[in-house]
Amino acid sequence: MAVPSFLARERIIARPGFNRWLIPPAALAVHLCIGQVYATSVYKLALQKDFGTSLTRIGIIFSIAIVMLGLSAALFGTWVDRNGPRAAMFTAACFWSAGFLIGSLGIATGQLWLLYLGYGVIGGIGLGIGYISPVSTLIKWFPDRPGLATGMAIMGFGGGALIATPLSRQLMGLYDPAYDGTAATVASGDAVAKLFVTLGLVYLVFMMFGAFIVRVPADGWRPDGFDPATVKQKALVTTDSVSAGNAIRTPQFWLLWVVLFCNVTAGIGILEQASPMIQDFFRNGGTSAVAVAAAGGFVGVLSLFNMAGRFVWSSTSDKIGRKPIYMVYLGVGLVMYVLLATVGSSAPWLFVVLAAVIISFYGGGFATIPAYLRDLFGTYQVGAVHGRLLTAWSAAGVAGPLIVNGVLDSRGTPGQLVAGDYRPALFIMVGLLAVGFVANLLVRPVAARWHEPKADPSLPTSTPETSAAR
Amino acid sequence: MTEPQQTHTPVGLIAFAWALVGVPLVYGLYQTIKTASSLFS
Repeated sequence: MAVPSFLARERIIARPGFNRWLIPPAALAVHLCIGQVYATSVYKLALQKDFGTSLTRIGIIFSIAIVMLGLSAALFGTWVDRNGPRAAMFTAACFWSAGFLIGSLGIATGQLWLLYLGYGVIGGIGLGIGYISPVSTLIKWFPDRPGLATGMAIMGFGGGALIATPLSRQLMGLYDPAYDGTAATVASGDAVAKLFVTLGLVYLVFMMFGAFIVRVPADGWRPDGFDPATVKQKALVTTDSVSAGNAIRTPQFWLLWVVLFCNVTAGIGILEQASPMIQDFFRNGGTSAVAVAAAGGFVGVLSLFNMAGRFVWSSTSDKIGRKPIYMVYLGVGLVMYVLLATVGSSAPWLFVVLAAVIISFYGGGFATIPAYLRDLFGTYQVGAVHGRLLTAWSAAGVAGPLIVNGVLDSRGTPGQLVAGDYRPALFIMVGLLAVGFVANLLVRPVAARWHEPKADPSLPTSTPETSAAR
Repeated sequence: MTEPQQTHTPVGLIAFAWALVGVPLVYGLYQTIKTASSLFS
């Protein structure tokens, strides 16, 4: 599928002397916008009231968006790699913004299916393309620090919710004076519709800014003082190339799929229930020692650790290596989960510390995976490989809540649960982390038969387009 | 690590780009820390 010439990869090849530090803000401009998807809870009640339906039916909007994220990242990954980041960011901006505008129409006319189609399907496609759009470009601009580079961008995805949640409250308060942003009041549907229009237009401008400042490095470019031979010396790091089509035929891809699935499912186990969970853990005789406001604060703490973990742990992986850092995420995470299940209810501070560390590993797992893929499969089609791997996220997005809600439903009524009721779900997560830990241990370098043939140095360097046509 | 000396990228553009993403991020962080502080009060 051809793209207009102003979006083409050839038009955005950086000239010599281009400063690569312009690329992270371009990536952040996209990820800060699409990270809004994790702020949907802020208007969930307003939509429920406006449509007069159940929370489950409103929650489907979010579920569709996350499933579409995984599917579109997998389906369009090769297209993104072939056409470059500007075309991808531009397309993502159009889809994401259109999703909000169509969703707004659905709210204004009282048609829930338009919200499913708009925010869920169309917006979800924008999410998937937007999520992978800067990843391969960042890895190519920062071959010396790929973990730091992708950590910065994917930290932005976590940061997007941090911005959208308070911003949405303030905007809804502006559009509906009766809404004061507290749990005591609920915004009108009209206010949410106007919020959607505002966010759609603001995100369009922001993402377009990212699309128009992004550049790709020229073939053979490398940062001053960087010697690729130093990277090759590290275990598991290849300078060879594996195509996306071949990558999914290797055991390494599926081992990493299991690693990501287990890590994300375990994280969702806490994120899904964060607010009621902390209250239930310290419930005694029908009342909880943790107030509703403090539980909201706990969700805020988790958001901060989720975001920080993406940057800190991913950057750390540049120093200690990708396999060891996943041993930390999964191995130490496993121990943390056991402690949470056994002694987590002994003191609120201990519960908060354990949960915060677990969530920082959850964020770190997301942010480090592109660099792990780069190490194993090379930079050639790393965006497309990453896109296919994100189906693990979609699967975890279904499995995580199913496990937690399934266990809790079988244990009692919400509002009356105690720490012991969470134990079976937490131990299931321990088992999942153990599976992920073993999968990570089994990762070995990709066999040479999957590598793309080396280009003849006397010929011009092959582009992804010509190689992909092989 | 040092960047190439003969940069064609205006410093003002880099500063503007970082400010454009940095300011909303700081706003979000501030608001979240404010919310999170209720856990400790």
